Amino acid sequence: MSNPVISCREVWKLYGPDPTTYLNGLNGHDPGFDVLREAGYISAVRNVSLDIHQGEMLVIMGLSGSGKSTLVRCLSRLVDISGGGIEVEGADLTALSEAELIELRRNKMGMVFQSFGLLPHRTVLDNVAFPLEMRGQDKHARRARAMEMIELVGLQGREEYFPRELSGGQQQRVGIARSLAIEPDIWFLDEPFSALDPLIRREMQDEFLRLQDLLGKTIVFITHDFDEALRLADRIAIMKDGAIEQCDKPGNIVMNPATEYVAKFTENIDKARVVHARDLMAPVSSTVPDVVAISAGATVHDLARRLVDDLSPQLPVSDDDGAVVGVLNRDTALNVLLGSA
Amino acid sequence: MGAGSPPSISPGEESHKLWWWIALAAIVLAVLKPVAPDWLVRPPVWLVWPLADWINAVFTFMRDDLGLMHVTRAFADGVQWLLDVTANLLYGKRRWPRLEDPIPWTVIAATAFMVGYALRGWALGILSGGTFIWVALLGQWKWAMETLSVIIVAAPIAVLFGLVLGVLAWRSSRFELVLDPVLNLTQSLPHFAYMIPVVVFIGVGPKAGAIVTIIFAMPPMIRMSLLGLKKVSPEIIESGQMCGATSWQLLRYARIPSARNDILVGVNQVIMQSLAMVVLASFIGMPGLGQKLLQLLQALKMGRSVEIGITIVLLAVVLDRCSKAWAERQPEHFEKGTPWHQRNKLLLVWAVLVVGLWTLAEFWPLAQEIKRTQAFTISKQLDVILDGFIRLVDPVTLAIRAFLIRDVLIPMRDAYLWLPFTAVLAFVAAVGWRIGGRRSALTVSAFVLFIAMSGWWDRAMITAYMVSFAVLLAALVGLPLGIWAAGNERRAKVGLLICDTAQTFPSFIYLIPVVMLFGVNDVAAIGAVVVFAMVPLARYTIEGLRGVPETLIEAADMSGANKRQTLWKVRLPMALPTMMVGINQSIMFSLFMVIIAAFIGTQDLGQEMQRALSSTDVGKGLVLGMCVAFMGLAADHLAMRWAADKRRALGID
Ligand SMILES: Nc1ncnc2c1ncn2[C@@H]1O[C@H](COP(=O)(O)OP(=O)(O)OP(=O)(O)O)[C@@H](O)[C@H]1O
Ligand SMILES: [Mg+2]
Repeated sequence: MSNPVISCREVWKLYGPDPTTYLNGLNGHDPGFDVLREAGYISAVRNVSLDIHQGEMLVIMGLSGSGKSTLVRCLSRLVDISGGGIEVEGADLTALSEAELIELRRNKMGMVFQSFGLLPHRTVLDNVAFPLEMRGQDKHARRARAMEMIELVGLQGREEYFPRELSGGQQQRVGIARSLAIEPDIWFLDEPFSALDPLIRREMQDEFLRLQDLLGKTIVFITHDFDEALRLADRIAIMKDGAIEQCDKPGNIVMNPATEYVAKFTENIDKARVVHARDLMAPVSSTVPDVVAISAGATVHDLARRLVDDLSPQLPVSDDDGAVVGVLNRDTALNVLLGSA
Repeated sequence: MGAGSPPSISPGEESHKLWWWIALAAIVLAVLKPVAPDWLVRPPVWLVWPLADWINAVFTFMRDDLGLMHVTRAFADGVQWLLDVTANLLYGKRRWPRLEDPIPWTVIAATAFMVGYALRGWALGILSGGTFIWVALLGQWKWAMETLSVIIVAAPIAVLFGLVLGVLAWRSSRFELVLDPVLNLTQSLPHFAYMIPVVVFIGVGPKAGAIVTIIFAMPPMIRMSLLGLKKVSPEIIESGQMCGATSWQLLRYARIPSARNDILVGVNQVIMQSLAMVVLASFIGMPGLGQKLLQLLQALKMGRSVEIGITIVLLAVVLDRCSKAWAERQPEHFEKGTPWHQRNKLLLVWAVLVVGLWTLAEFWPLAQEIKRTQAFTISKQLDVILDGFIRLVDPVTLAIRAFLIRDVLIPMRDAYLWLPFTAVLAFVAAVGWRIGGRRSALTVSAFVLFIAMSGWWDRAMITAYMVSFAVLLAALVGLPLGIWAAGNERRAKVGLLICDTAQTFPSFIYLIPVVMLFGVNDVAAIGAVVVFAMVPLARYTIEGLRGVPETLIEAADMSGANKRQTLWKVRLPMALPTMMVGINQSIMFSLFMVIIAAFIGTQDLGQEMQRALSSTDVGKGLVLGMCVAFMGLAADHLAMRWAADKRRALGID
């Protein structure tokens, strides 16, 4: 695999009287959230190590207060970390000067916020053009680029509106357009859709997936909503009390929870909708049953009718090219389908 | 109880006893007065420090040795230049820019109309345009323009300085820490305390009036900009940072524009403070409406005073409404492809009006200027009506006056003066302890001790008696009025509107009706204070009562409480903290008003302040000002502390 775009090594963010000294005293040992709290420190991010790769969509999940926002703000250096190291495209983020940081944000990073963070006194167009204006692009060029972005998110015709005059979904589209205006390589989204009602949210997710197909960016996405995570994620990281409990493919998280907490977290998920044939298949043994192969990318839910109707104990699994890559044990799959896995 | 520990409504057993002991000491001191040694009765010589002399020494040093005089003079010259420009434009002073004539009154009235119309539609347009027509028709144009020309210069400068200081305070918490008590003090210093140093450094006249206005109007601007900057949502800032804004860009493009509404509320306050101060600055030779009013009042020319009073009130309302409308204005977009002349329709209409009226003025002098001889006046008719009215009520007012002076005011004043200062000190400490524990006791007694040390004890007691009597009277009238007004939605709305409007009037205005009714004496002064102090009392009573959560009232209804029980058992207790804010404001207002009312003859700190002003004695003026401020701050401390505890106990906010 290529070099990670973002790489965190033992990142800490403590809130309290003197985090750096305290952290040095720990010598890399993690005493746990409660001990830290006894000592007067809130560990918003606790000993997080994580690599995020080019073009990957990483979704961060966790309960309220588990440190999701803080982790993302560490990655964008909106907050300074208390310990550890973060590299962005090989450069040490914590060592950047103010000017270098501004350069990085002007050229590489974009961020979308839960409550939009639009400037109330600027029109849609001027909001979207704001990052370009900050880096001194001339008025004509930045307006042209901003218009492109506005069209990309489907807000054409509203560019003269003020944020106040838009619905929540439309405001968030402005936020998305603004964060994309500088063509960032890395895109952070902190609960971008949770302020929206379910219908609009669904629509925005589709929109987002379309954009992602189009742009193929490296994305860190925070959400509270497991369905949302499942729709979007390449990998999901589950946080608790500032630490990452598990970071893996959605299917793995559901099928092989690393901790009890993760197991509880995913307990109510309809596993059949998450688990793909590929996650369950076994290597091809001697004889491949001679029936129509199923696709590795299909979820158990997609296969439900076939599993019920087809009585053969093993089904061949094929990849996108049609080559058989494994076999699916019917019982295993049925267990997942019926929720007794 | 410690400073940091959450305060309780009933302080601990220990301190509970202590405040009783202190109160007892106060009583004993008072009772034993006839046999008490002198130093317990009045501040002994060693306790009275020559504070005024020290301040004067510092000022002389700053003025002469530090050469601060040159700095202030240079600044004053800059202000003077600006004043010349506006004066020239508004009423013709033959300086730069050299116009043949000043701007015709019709053009200004039309401009006022357009501003009002653009901000809030026809009603405000007609109000503001009409105000200027009234001013012109009554031949008060020159005075009004003299007043406005100073506001036009002073208010923007105050806004600019206030904004800069607000930003600095926001950037440096250490600066904020220093600034906060200074602002507290400056916002409780009476108007006159500002005038004396200005007279020393600048002299008298419009220039001094403008500068004293700038200084006086600045504090609320600092407060509001600081508040606004702090309130900007963190996500807006973070989004700005992620857009790659430098910290200057963040301030310029994200923070200040996002704090727009609070900053504009600050601008509104600056304008209103400016108007109040400009009117009062007549005491230091500032020409204009205030000076005219002062002269007419002193000459007891009631009809003409009322005319000018109406003008000042109208101007206050127009300035307030327009600046508030501006603050509340939300941006609106134009449909795409709206042509330029559509987008700027109002601007074009205005330009056409200006050109048209200016041309008209060339041919028809009345559109340029209405001379006093041509002016229309209602003062004769007013005088007749007022005379009739006064003759009608004279027996009543005379009786009230005689009764008040003989049976209430003089005995009350004597009682206040009779009290040993140590008894007062102990009493204040006891109240402080009861309300806020040791810290509050120390704070308020320090304030009172300063007054004892200033050497103005007797004068201060006279001020205190006037204020306490006035606030009591204001509460007796204002609270029931407020409770009545809060009875239903419509009355409450009207009540709040009246109070809010009345609060915009410069304090000076309140003297007109009372002088009319009672003449020039203590009763008139107290009458003015009572009316002025009633406004915040009624206002916050309405607000507090209307603010009680509906669910609580429904719960009371469901418990079978009748209207009276609901009022006494639910609504009033819940509203009490808010009402306390009103009482607090009312005390502050009374203090200011008592000082202003000094020129119609009282013997309190205000009278001494006026003397200090006429002899330009900075030290004396500031010491007197601080005495007033400290009385206000002590009351403020106790009221706010009490209200905060009460709020917490009730689980509000
Ligand atoms: N500036 C701060 N000072 C002190 N503690 C903070 C600060 N910012 C965050 N915290 C604490 O850090 C912890 C993590 O906060 P964070 O906002 O990252 O949570 P989150 O997972 O994003 O929660 P939510 O889902 O509610 O957004 C919380 O306990 C919070 O109280
Ligand atoms: Mg969050």
